[in-house]
Amino acid sequence: MTAVHENPSRVLTPQEQEWVDKFMDETTLFLGPDPEIMRDHGIAPRSDHEELAIAAGVDRLEVERIRKRIAGALDEGYEMCEAQGAAPGAKWGDLTTAIYTASGDVSYLSCHGVIAFSAILHHPIRYIMKYWKDEPTVGINPGDGFIHNDARFGNVHNTDQSMIMPVMRDGAIIAWVAATIHEGENGACEPGGMPSGSETPFDDGLRMSPFKIVESGELRRDLLTFLQHSVRDPKLQLADLKVKITAVRKIMERVDAVIDEVGVDTFVAALRTTVEDVEVEVRRRISELPDGTYRFDQFMDSTLKENILIKFACKITIKGDQMTADLRGTGPEILNRAINSPLCSVKSMFMQAILAFWWPDLPRCTSAMSCIEIISDEGTWADASYDAPMGQSLQASFRGFSAFQALYSRMSFSTPHKYSNVVANWFNQINTFLWGGVTQHGDMVGNLCADLNGMPGGAKPFRDGEDSVSPLFCAMADTAEQEVMEEEVPFMQLVSKRLVRDNMGFGKFNGGMGYEMIVAAEGTPQWGFMTVTSGAKFSSVYGMYGGYGCGTYPLAMVKGTNVYEHIRRDPSKFDLSIEKVMNEQPFEDGRYSTYHMGLQFDIAKDGELYMISQGAGGGYGDPLERLPESVVRDAELGRITQKVAEEIFGVRYDPTNFRLDVEGTEAARQAAREARLRRGRPFAEFCEEFVTPEPPESLHYYGSWGSDTDDITATVFTIDGPERVSAPLAELPIVMIPDRREVRIAELEARVLELEATSGVEVKRLA
Amino acid sequence: MRVPMTEYLVIDLDSERWVCRVCAHDLGSAHDNYKPGTLVHDRDPREIHQPIIDPERYEYTFSPDPSYCRILEYYCPGCGTQIEVEYLPPGHPPTVDLLIDVPALRAQWEERGLDAEEVHNYGPGEDARTQTAALKTIGHVR
Repeated sequence: MTAVHENPSRVLTPQEQEWVDKFMDETTLFLGPDPEIMRDHGIAPRSDHEELAIAAGVDRLEVERIRKRIAGALDEGYEMCEAQGAAPGAKWGDLTTAIYTASGDVSYLSCHGVIAFSAILHHPIRYIMKYWKDEPTVGINPGDGFIHNDARFGNVHNTDQSMIMPVMRDGAIIAWVAATIHEGENGACEPGGMPSGSETPFDDGLRMSPFKIVESGELRRDLLTFLQHSVRDPKLQLADLKVKITAVRKIMERVDAVIDEVGVDTFVAALRTTVEDVEVEVRRRISELPDGTYRFDQFMDSTLKENILIKFACKITIKGDQMTADLRGTGPEILNRAINSPLCSVKSMFMQAILAFWWPDLPRCTSAMSCIEIISDEGTWADASYDAPMGQSLQASFRGFSAFQALYSRMSFSTPHKYSNVVANWFNQINTFLWGGVTQHGDMVGNLCADLNGMPGGAKPFRDGEDSVSPLFCAMADTAEQEVMEEEVPFMQLVSKRLVRDNMGFGKFNGGMGYEMIVAAEGTPQWGFMTVTSGAKFSSVYGMYGGYGCGTYPLAMVKGTNVYEHIRRDPSKFDLSIEKVMNEQPFEDGRYSTYHMGLQFDIAKDGELYMISQGAGGGYGDPLERLPESVVRDAELGRITQKVAEEIFGVRYDPTNFRLDVEGTEAARQAAREARLRRGRPFAEFCEEFVTPEPPESLHYYGSWGSDTDDITATVFTIDGPERVSAPLAELPIVMIPDRREVRIAELEARVLELEATSGVEVKRLA
Repeated sequence: MRVPMTEYLVIDLDSERWVCRVCAHDLGSAHDNYKPGTLVHDRDPREIHQPIIDPERYEYTFSPDPSYCRILEYYCPGCGTQIEVEYLPPGHPPTVDLLIDVPALRAQWEERGLDAEEVHNYGPGEDARTQTAALKTIGHVR
């Protein structure tokens, strides 16, 4: 017999609830990221102060004047950071300054810099307001400043460090001002702050939850020392903290002047009105798009340690003024690889697409995305849990950018009023070298080359994409002067910014081309390089409306030889390109090899070559529609080979004088179209043959297989080796991938045993 | 009325059909995805993104690995125009990339009172306008 004891449930009285809250407040052992804050990208409800200020009446012209003056102040702060910042990222413009409402909503961002921050920095401010404002050991006072970097508390990624300061009047917070810089080095397991090799969250480097490092105007030396002690570049840590503090104070001076002039209430109303106006306008713009569903799925081919295939799924539904982005079907997080991203970072790159490529005319506010519903299950690589490493979270978040960029061109194609041009996908990988070690000046450093900013642009329906023009996350970022860098670091770019032929998304209009980089260190006691990119087996950018995507990109190396010595002996050997070096192998004692682009920190001996290439933008339209004259011009400039001109574009010309063969081209194109009609199969018939119930056995695949299933397919590693499972995300086992060197050793040991068994060699197991 | 939905596809609101913008070939019901009305070819990606370094000697060559990546080319059965391209793992079901609410589309355009093809454009900016206009004069943009 079972006795059932039912505890009558009852609602706590306010007094009881207060006791419970007090008890919980006093006994919480650890204040980690707050899911209530971190899952929410909506704007805060109007505060009482905002309500009163707006009720008093809002003069729109006054709001506009205030906004313009704030914009000027933010741009001034931005320029201060760019001019004075010690981090390479600061020098190239990878930073932002912003003003926030008291609740933390971004009301305005600097005109230059990384727009993605408009979707992210309300998280740490809300955390500060919720946990530190009334905490007796912390509190918020005039002159205080909070530092923060950990993306788990809201950031694009952990290399970015913020300085957040309150604007206060009569003891009340009325706004916040912040500056955020891509600092690079952060004490992670590899130099440069974006480790591809991190296998636990503790390999990701500094884990700064928001904390007060400036107290009543004074930088706390004890905390500063702790931070400096935790990173490879203590001078950088100090210098840029000072730069950010100075820039924020300058902005606050300007803001103070505005407040003194217009009054606190008008100022508060202006910030809030901007945020609310943008949300209203975003809903109106959504309603201009055709109702329907639009899907864009992407596949990434690497954990940055080994090749896999993992899906980033994205389906957007429009109904009236409602937009929903559904990420379900995305692959699971991999608990010992660096590619995972918190959802907030993915959302920040959605925002980057929205404010840079959808509606660039809108003020850069939290509310530019607040009304878009986002459906995602925690536990995917695009919505990773607290315990997942995130050193290379850009792998997932940049896919978020590409999804939103591609989908908007589809959603908005028919609309009569557009706010931006139709455009194919921008390149979305960080094809650059990260580096670290001891410089020629004896300093320990770790950071990266500005070449990540040389991402090529996507093609438009009326022009080719621009070659290596700017990173998707920062339109104004610079690729910097390599010669300036070479004064500070002990390596040279032996080849810098040379375009790689045929490296473009082919189409009626081609995607922009990318350039190659060849580096080699010299004269340093210790130096190394790493790369942090996927897309060596599966293209990372796709084309649009019949245009092709980018190719794939290897890391090529020549080890075991000092190229500088070769060149000193025979200067004619200083004629380098990846194609030439790898195909002709001009350095006879070198070891030539290629890898995927996830290279963990690799010690570089003097004169060893590391070679990579920037990617390419997506092509637009059918390549057979490209103007033949444009194809011949590309061939004449050496941008494409004759093979590509003929096989991809169907163009015929005389290669001795680059004269277009008009009739030959017409005939070739007609033949190409007829060939398509012959080889193309009706869709249903094609699917019957092409589609398989699950991925090929040899492929380690992660994500939904197709979009008509709630199951996620994954390869997990058991005592019997890799095993494919398929189940809803919540039911999947933890995914961890074995060390590739151990896998390789096991393969080789098995082979040795096999050979020993068949060769007749006597083997002694004991010494 | 015909509403341009992609570079090569319109929805004919009268017939509620997908139609090729190049040759007016019927591509199926506008209430469904357009792909069932197309011809498809599974391309070896190495034919498009050709190796730049020697595939006999190296694993990574600038060409996608065909055991990871296939390129599906969608052609209009009427004119052979390549209307879409999709990068997929081998065997992965093709994506249903567009499903349009046709009655809502019709209502939207009725409310606008405009001819969708006449007012179609590629977006703002002097360069977009002048370059599109110049290309239209030589028949290179629809």
